[in-house]
Amino acid sequence: MAQYAAVLIFLLVGIGIVLFTFFMSRLIRPSNPYKAKNQSYECAEQPIGDSWIRFNNRFYIFALIFVVFDVEAVFLFPWAVAFGHLGLFALIEMMIFIMILLFGLFYAWKKGVLKWV
Amino acid sequence: MSTVTFLIVSAVKVTVIVTVVLMGVAWATWLERKLLGRFQHRIGPNMAGPYGLLQPIADAIKLIFKEDIVPDKAEKITYALAPIISFIPALLSFAVVPVSDTLTIFGQKIDMVISDLNIGILFVFAVTSLGVYGMVLAGWSSGSKYSLLGGIRSSAQMISYEVSYGLSIIGVILLANTLSMVELVEQQDSFFNWFIFRQPLGFVLFVICAVAETNRSPFDLPEAESELVAGYLTEYSSMRYSLFFMAEYANMIAVSSVATTIFLGGWQGPILPPFLWFVIKVFFFMCFYIWIRATLPRLRYDMLMNFGWKVLFPLALANVMVTAFLQRL
Repeated sequence: MAQYAAVLIFLLVGIGIVLFTFFMSRLIRPSNPYKAKNQSYECAEQPIGDSWIRFNNRFYIFALIFVVFDVEAVFLFPWAVAFGHLGLFALIEMMIFIMILLFGLFYAWKKGVLKWV
Repeated sequence: MSTVTFLIVSAVKVTVIVTVVLMGVAWATWLERKLLGRFQHRIGPNMAGPYGLLQPIADAIKLIFKEDIVPDKAEKITYALAPIISFIPALLSFAVVPVSDTLTIFGQKIDMVISDLNIGILFVFAVTSLGVYGMVLAGWSSGSKYSLLGGIRSSAQMISYEVSYGLSIIGVILLANTLSMVELVEQQDSFFNWFIFRQPLGFVLFVICAVAETNRSPFDLPEAESELVAGYLTEYSSMRYSLFFMAEYANMIAVSSVATTIFLGGWQGPILPPFLWFVIKVFFFMCFYIWIRATLPRLRYDMLMNFGWKVLFPLALANVMVTAFLQRL
């Protein structure tokens, strides 16, 4: 637990530094906002339409693939730490697991999911 | 060690590390501009102080005095939080990096690491992957089209490389059977025990993914100036902008420190004091970062995604499988 307390101290010092610099900057910087200055940037034109525009739905697909394979990595970490005193069984087991996921990757590949248009 | 001593020692260590990191961040910007200048047959910063060494201070003063502009369309709270969320994780990963050998002061044995967590590597990965939230929130809450596109791009890029980033060090963990950074360094006690020699492919994958994770050239698409202005940074100014800037450089130094610890033997080395060895190795990494920025052009977005998923990821998995087999034979 003591080790985590040290991390907590580090976190608090980090937040403290950030807040301190914000405070200092607020004390000395000028502030002169007006309507034209507070407009969103759009190459010096009047912004057209909503800022929250549509974007490619492939981003979602990649996010889904990421979740699948990141969970795989989560399973691999404890396996790798304990690998020294696990038997041949653990090796074969994990190889089957990785193979299944690799199969999934190649399936997605052939389906064209990984292709960025 | 009693609680009071522990608290005092921790506070001192935290203060020293934070100061050194912030100094490192400041002069990393100087190093980058100077080296890039030299790479392009220019002189680089040379006006403020000898060799332009005071340039970072001049920049900091300038940024503090700048007006802070909050666009009307921005989501005020997330807009203010995003730089903090981006910067704190970058700083926090230094908590588990051992910078030197155990030191004995006043009869007390003091580990030269803020916290020897037994899950050190996992902590680094958990914390650094939080940085993506800062970018996404910044992009989304700025209320600008460029920011939104930049934020979404950067999140997709970071999660694509995050998987290979995590897998690239599983080979090392298979050999070392520990997640503690301190134990990892202790296992690399002689030159040929460095994990770079026992896991060469893992090292290459780690470096490539690290460059992508820190959004540095040639993977700096989130802030591709030529098409997205400054990506998720477009609407930021003053101190908030400089926090993002500091976060980028702090991330670079953090990744360099982690790579040094995992693959290059951390503070291990002959003759020179351990701390100096650590600094030299990190410095080498920073120069490497800047070198590839000066050398390589930016990737196209579809190439970036293809490379991440169709090359790096299968390679990382193959590395894990081959290492496991060799270890068992």
